[in-house]
This record gives sequence, C-alpha cells and structure tokens, in this order.
Amino acid sequence: MKKEKDSILKVEDLHKSYNETEILKGITLEVKKGETKVIIGPSGTGKSTLLMCINRLVEPDSGRIYLEGEEILSSKNIHKIRQKIGFVFQHFNLFDHLTVLDNVKIGLTKVKKIEKSQATEIALKELERVGLKDKSELYPAQLSGGQKQRVAIARTLAMNPKLILFDEPTSALDPELIGEVLNVMIDLAKSGMTMVCVTHEMGFARAVADEIIFMENGVIVEKGPPESMFKNPQKDRTKEFLNKLSQLYGKEENT
Amino acid sequence: MEDIQVIINSFPYLLKGTLVTLELTLFSLIIGFVMGVIISFGQLYGNKLVQFIFLIYERVFRSIPLLVILFLIFYGLPAIGIRLDPLIASILGLGLRSSAYQSQILRGAILSIPKGQLDAAYSIGMNKIQTFFYIIFPQAIRIALSGWTNEAAVVLKDTSLAYALGVVELLRQGTYIISVTNRPLIVYLICGVIYFILTFSISRGLGKIEKKLAIPGYETRSV
Repeated sequence: MKKEKDSILKVEDLHKSYNETEILKGITLEVKKGETKVIIGPSGTGKSTLLMCINRLVEPDSGRIYLEGEEILSSKNIHKIRQKIGFVFQHFNLFDHLTVLDNVKIGLTKVKKIEKSQATEIALKELERVGLKDKSELYPAQLSGGQKQRVAIARTLAMNPKLILFDEPTSALDPELIGEVLNVMIDLAKSGMTMVCVTHEMGFARAVADEIIFMENGVIVEKGPPESMFKNPQKDRTKEFLNKLSQLYGKEENT
Repeated sequence: MEDIQVIINSFPYLLKGTLVTLELTLFSLIIGFVMGVIISFGQLYGNKLVQFIFLIYERVFRSIPLLVILFLIFYGLPAIGIRLDPLIASILGLGLRSSAYQSQILRGAILSIPKGQLDAAYSIGMNKIQTFFYIIFPQAIRIALSGWTNEAAVVLKDTSLAYALGVVELLRQGTYIISVTNRPLIVYLICGVIYFILTFSISRGLGKIEKKLAIPGYETRSV
C-alpha cells in the first residue's frame, strides 16, 4: 500500500499510432514522489509523444495513466488534471503578448482564479527562484533563449504541479545558455520536485537522475540508475547510443 | 475665380455626400466584421459541412464583381419578393463582400499564432475558450489589424459603387453639381481629394493603433 501512496505517475502499456505508424508500442513506467527520470534515445523514437500523451496534449490510443492513483485517460475534466502536470517545452512557448510576470501569472488568475495581488506575489516568488525577478516587466521577445526557458519553468512552477515533464528543454539553446537552465533544473530536482526529463544532457543525468530510461522505436530498451547505465549497460544498443552521446558531448564528470 | 466659387458653392453638398459615404463605410465594415468572425470561426472550428458552406460563401463573394453583387441584391431580389432601399442594399452588398475578405484576414491571423503557445496554454490547464480569449485573440487582433486597415480603405473607396443604385453619396453629389455647373474636372478632383483624405486618415488612424498595440521586442521587425 505504501508503494501506491508514493507513486506520482504510473504509465501502463501506452500505445499511440499516427496513421499507420506506431510511435509508442506499449510503454510502462512509474515515477515516485521526488524522483527524477531522464529519458534518452534517438530522435523519432516517441519520447516527446510519450510526454505529450501523459498530459494528453496528444491522446493515446490505449493504455492507462495514473496520476497519484487516479486514472486520467478516462477523465472528463482534463483541464483540471493538466494543472497538476507541468510541461516545459523545447521551444519555450511563452505567450508573446504578455510580460514575463503575466506569463507566469496568467495560469494563476485565469485558471486557478487566484486573486491578482496574491498571484503577483506567487509569480514573483517563482521568478526569483529561476533568477529572473528583475526581468518581470520585459516581454519574451526581449529575452535570451535561456531566460525564456527559465520563465517557462517559472510559469510551470507557479501552478504548483505534482510533476513536471521536460521535453528537451535545452535543445534549442546556444551552448553557453544551457548551463543556466540546467542549474535551475538541478536545483528543482534537489528540492524534491518530481520530474521526467527528455534530455541528452548527461551531466544533468549523472547529477540528479534516479533512473535513466533508454527508448528506441517506441519501446523502452533498458532502464537503470545512472551509474550502472553508464558503466555497464546490459544491451548493446544502449552501449552504442551512450558511446555516441559521450563522443558528441565528451565524457562528463559528476557535477 | 469662377472655380473657387464652384468649390465654395458645392462644398455643403459634397460634405453631405461624404457623410453618406462614411455611413456606408461604417455599416458595411460592421456587417463585414460580424459576418467575417462567424465565417472564420466556421471555417476554423466548424464541422466538414459548415466548413464547406462557408468556403463556398467566401469564394463566391470574393469572385463576383461588387457591382454584380449590388445589382443582384437591388434589382435581382425583388423578383423573389425582397425589395430593399438603395442604401440598405448597398450596405448589404458591401458588407457581404467585405465579410468574405475579413474572414480570411481573421482566419490567417488566428492560424498564425504558433501551435506551441496553444499547447502551453492547455498545459497550464486552460480550456479551449480560455485559450482563445487570453492567448489567441489578443495576438490575432494585432496581426489582423494591418490587413484590416487595408480592407477598411478598400470598402471606403468601393462605396462609390453605391452610385449605381442611386444612393446619394459623395460621387453622386459630385455628379449632381456637375450637371448644374458643367465643371467635371474641378468637381471630380474635389471628390478625389475627399476620398484621398478619408482613406489616408483611416490608414493613419489604424496605423497609430497598430503601433500602440505592438508587442515590445517585435517593433524592430516591421520593415
């Protein structure tokens, strides 16, 4: 029973096809409170689709998803559930017509119907957390990529989610801006936030991941804690992929 | 000297005609906007049948000359028992034609909002209606404004076709004056100048609004 209680997210036998192509071929995974899971794998493998299915931005074909024990695929009020699942996008997706502060606030005032002054307070607190309190009056177009992504993280945090999904949050950033976003994510993970991250930042994975999940062609090939995944992966394919990653990014030391 | 006398004498009449022209413009744009919103929504969010019907509507009104539309409404409809006042018929014709264009301005503006922003809105728990009003609409209206400025100018100029139905707007007032004074050059020139001032003011006015609404960080993009 204890296990049930601790489980934040449970995905069972998730399937999704686009037209004839099956993208997800039965994904099963569980994320417990405070855990950080890192999903890696070649592009076109269904990693993003998996994340989008979890908060039903994409409707899966079959399978079950439980958020804190509650089945959400059959849920009528998906909007209520999405408030509890944060989502950070590769391309930030800030609302261009709103200031940084309003980007973070809008979910609080319009969705959660929190009173304005209180919403401002919460929003400023979250902006401070990502180090952007002094930019609150600027517009997204006036920010750098790294700053945009940090605002996007603050926007998600303001909703006080049970879990945050990160979809390649640093892939669209210049190399020198990646660090500031990763630092925010590492702080988050250390503060006990439950996170599922699709990312190839192995330094991040080493530092905070409880488990690395290697996905390819719509299935989970292998998963395990970072040490064992890096030191002796069981499957050849995992080894090959991790080798490619370290060739690309260089062997990374623990952060 | 005589010319100046003609200008002075004809001015009150031309002004009266100008008011009718403005009336035609305003009401046609309003009908066009309301219908345009309905059509663009139907095309974007309606089912297949609704989409098809509005597509036909839009194509028909964009493909028939305005004068033909006006004649159909004013001279054609009485055949099936609908008899309209020339002014009403003109406003209706101008409005319906404008709605076809305005619907496409709006549709394009709505479609130009990046899908990622909609995903982001849904991901913080907004429903479709909230997403439309808080995310899509405020941005689409800014994008639509420049196209809309153009459409307003087009409608204003095309109100001169109401002449053909006997509406006493600016151009017809001008023609009346010419039939008395026999000075076509100067009178048509004044009409032209008045149209120019009106069109220019509309563009300027809406352009100012556009600038005022511009999202900081994007201004530099305008060429």
